[in-house]
Amino acid sequence: MTMGKSTIIRKADLLHVLDGIPHGIAVLDKRQRVLGLNRFLGALTGYNSEEAMGIYYDYVLRSDLRHKGNPLQGVIETGESTSVEGDIINRRRQKIPIRFTISPIKDSSGKLLGMVLTLEDISVLQDLGKKIHDISRMEGIIGHSSKMQEIFELIPMISQTDASALITGETGTGKDLLAFAVHQASKRSRYPFIKVNCGALPESLLESELFGYTRGAFTGANTDKPGMFRLAHGGTIYLTEIGDLPLPLQVKLLTVLDDKEFFPLGSSKKVKVDARVIASTHRDLKEFVRQGRFREDLFFRLNVLRVHLPPLRKRDGDVRLLIDHFLDVFNSNLKKSVKGLDQKALNILLSYYYPGNVRELRNILEYAITVCQGNTIRSEHLPKYMASSIKKEPPSIDQGSETGMGALDNNAESPDRASESISWTSVEKRMIMDALMKTGGKRGLAAELLGWGRSTLWRKIKQHGLE
Amino acid sequence: MKILIPISKNYVEPRFDLASEVVIARVRNGQILGEPRIILLPGATPEEICALVIKEDVSAVICGGIEEVHYQYLTWKKVKVFDSVIGPYEQALKLALSDKLEAGTILPG
Repeated sequence: MTMGKSTIIRKADLLHVLDGIPHGIAVLDKRQRVLGLNRFLGALTGYNSEEAMGIYYDYVLRSDLRHKGNPLQGVIETGESTSVEGDIINRRRQKIPIRFTISPIKDSSGKLLGMVLTLEDISVLQDLGKKIHDISRMEGIIGHSSKMQEIFELIPMISQTDASALITGETGTGKDLLAFAVHQASKRSRYPFIKVNCGALPESLLESELFGYTRGAFTGANTDKPGMFRLAHGGTIYLTEIGDLPLPLQVKLLTVLDDKEFFPLGSSKKVKVDARVIASTHRDLKEFVRQGRFREDLFFRLNVLRVHLPPLRKRDGDVRLLIDHFLDVFNSNLKKSVKGLDQKALNILLSYYYPGNVRELRNILEYAITVCQGNTIRSEHLPKYMASSIKKEPPSIDQGSETGMGALDNNAESPDRASESISWTSVEKRMIMDALMKTGGKRGLAAELLGWGRSTLWRKIKQHGLE
Repeated sequence: MKILIPISKNYVEPRFDLASEVVIARVRNGQILGEPRIILLPGATPEEICALVIKEDVSAVICGGIEEVHYQYLTWKKVKVFDSVIGPYEQALKLALSDKLEAGTILPG
């Protein structure tokens, strides 16, 4: 928010406008004293604007913000908005859970004039147990960006139905968490949530794992094995990496989805199951369908409800929020008392593009908190590869993965792509060439860009004859 | 009688439940007896602070925000609670000694 100093001083006009907003709003000067409260905040706290005028904000709000690393001071130092969850105790002696958003007020030259503190009463959401906010917090999905809010709003809707759901998104975006959140919010939550990684096992093992077998079905099958579908009876079966499911099993899965019954290996008796199927993948299933690697009918069957989790770099403001969250988590887990990051380290984290998304950010902070011996994380505490990654453009991984589907998407704009047969080898070769071109032929940087080790890149350069 | 005030530096702590420091003053005939005691309570829960109030046989508590459950508990235990007090704790204490302190008092400073 940018406005002139005179505008702040003419707070009567400003507060009149703010009175129309259905959240509590306090305008503070840069010494964190109240310049005014809107009507909603007056009702929330029990103090009116005149009473609160000139008082240090926390004597009026009685929040727990000071015990959460004083984010207002952070906003003064960084000039960046931030959001924190906490609570207040009002004059009626009620403790109210609140989502605080603190935004700086700057003049046209960028000089800090004060702050706007927005208080959103989240008690209704918390009281409703199974509602959006609780679900997301409970399952560890955190985000205030509009894209994540859309996802949170979808969770109760997806939970109410038994239709198959498909969750897509890059690696590390939280597909597993979302699947579990949907299960927890559904009427199936008292029954099992069974996760099966379709990419982790060879076809034959996966089939017995999913559908079970009867005694004597094959050598070594000494007892009956129920299989994951039967274990998930009444609950949810979560098939992760569905894009890696072998074609023959795709047919069998389609049958189960349609008929809710199947034959275990070696059995002549059909087994009925009532399990809700949620699948996820970081791959572009449509592309897989085009390539004949994924059955179209299964794709449509799974694609009834589809949720695409946005990559972290497209979640405005969430990086800062997640940094604060993970600082809390790791301070507690690692018994540390790191209070925050210095400006340089924060800038590096805010401008990094996170190909590994939230998982990568979490790992970076765990590393930094472990390495940091003081109470402020500095840039030298961050993994070394980050220093050279500032402002680096992302390799546009929309449906891709660590293994480089992003480059495939990059090349989608290239006019000659259509004429080229798409095989992994050609994609990989193109990725290497792109990376080398982007880095001016510097192999070390290219390896970093690709997320590979230097030796891996050199080996692949040799393999593709790019020397 | 004794007066307990949860404090934060020189001010009445805005939150009873988050206080990590309290001052206990012994008073008689409107005068403070001796030097008020400051007790550090790192990580204390509001229930522990309430227990301290009872253990120390405190007659009045001056505090900022306090939850209804703790307020009711203290008043049930015959402790007078002046809540929603804003300002320097020494001034609040002086006002209490002269019987002029009320819940919700906002002191200058």
